[in-house]
Amino acid sequence: MLLRAGDVGVLLAGAGLVATLTVWAWNGDRGDSVVIRAAGQIVKNLPLTHAQTVSVDGPLGTTRIAIEPGRARVVADPSPRQLCVKQGWLTQSGQAALCLPNQVSLEIRGRNAAYDTLGY
Amino acid sequence: MLRMTRSAIELPVTPDDRRIARLAALAIGLTLAEAAIPSPVPGVKPGLANIVILLVVLQYGWRAAAWVSALRVLGGGLLLGSLFAPGFWLSAAGALASLLVLALARHLPSRHFGPVSLSVLAAFGHIGGQLALAAWWLLPSAAVVMLLPVFAAAALIFGAVNGVIVARMLAGAASSGRQSASCTPPSTP
Repeated sequence: MLLRAGDVGVLLAGAGLVATLTVWAWNGDRGDSVVIRAAGQIVKNLPLTHAQTVSVDGPLGTTRIAIEPGRARVVADPSPRQLCVKQGWLTQSGQAALCLPNQVSLEIRGRNAAYDTLGY
Repeated sequence: MLRMTRSAIELPVTPDDRRIARLAALAIGLTLAEAAIPSPVPGVKPGLANIVILLVVLQYGWRAAAWVSALRVLGGGLLLGSLFAPGFWLSAAGALASLLVLALARHLPSRHFGPVSLSVLAAFGHIGGQLALAAWWLLPSAAVVMLLPVFAAAALIFGAVNGVIVARMLAGAASSGRQSASCTPPSTP
């Protein structure tokens, strides 16, 4: 008697709402292209459709970037702290990895960009 | 001297007032106890005071529940030192939204929709009101959207648990046959 028929319906509807919100909020805007910059200038704008490796030269050396369907990451970079390498795969629109001081950056773009521009 | 005290304003207190005050004190107590529970995300709480609000709605009607809820928010804010701070307004917005939801939801046919339905709907209303105010006033950015699934899941779980607690309390009160004497919520069997 604790749960009546409608209660089960409300619980299921609530679970459906939670699932919908999760998909909508956390999986909403997957990126479809990647913008690669060196010293602030765009050097490449590539779609996230097929696997490829890109090498970009900076003041310290060469930054290697791997692209796979739906995601991209920095594979190797000469910067001392390796923060952009440790970030791993980027998938969502608006995510970015900055390799400093090698001045190479990687930004994922989706259908609707969250920001017009980002200054670092 | 006697005349001075005689002229003091006296507020007539009805039994209903005393009952509302007693229930509000209970709700405030639960709010304070809950504030001591650590939470990974600010705002994710069991909402134990909602057990009291729900019992009041079911036993004494919506008006009494609105009074208890308002006194709960005000008294809780006073005692936690957050009166008129952002957290207080979030709490007030949540309480108001959940009362509005309850005003509609309590007309659902009780044959099919028990306390669990009301509790879950009120919990969603609570979190909806809080997040609406937070999104509009405090965090006008994507941050609220990212937290939405966490809050919704918490509302579902805690709403269901609180609803089961209320259903058990009401069942216990009905079986022990002292429903009319229960100014404080009946204890669980």
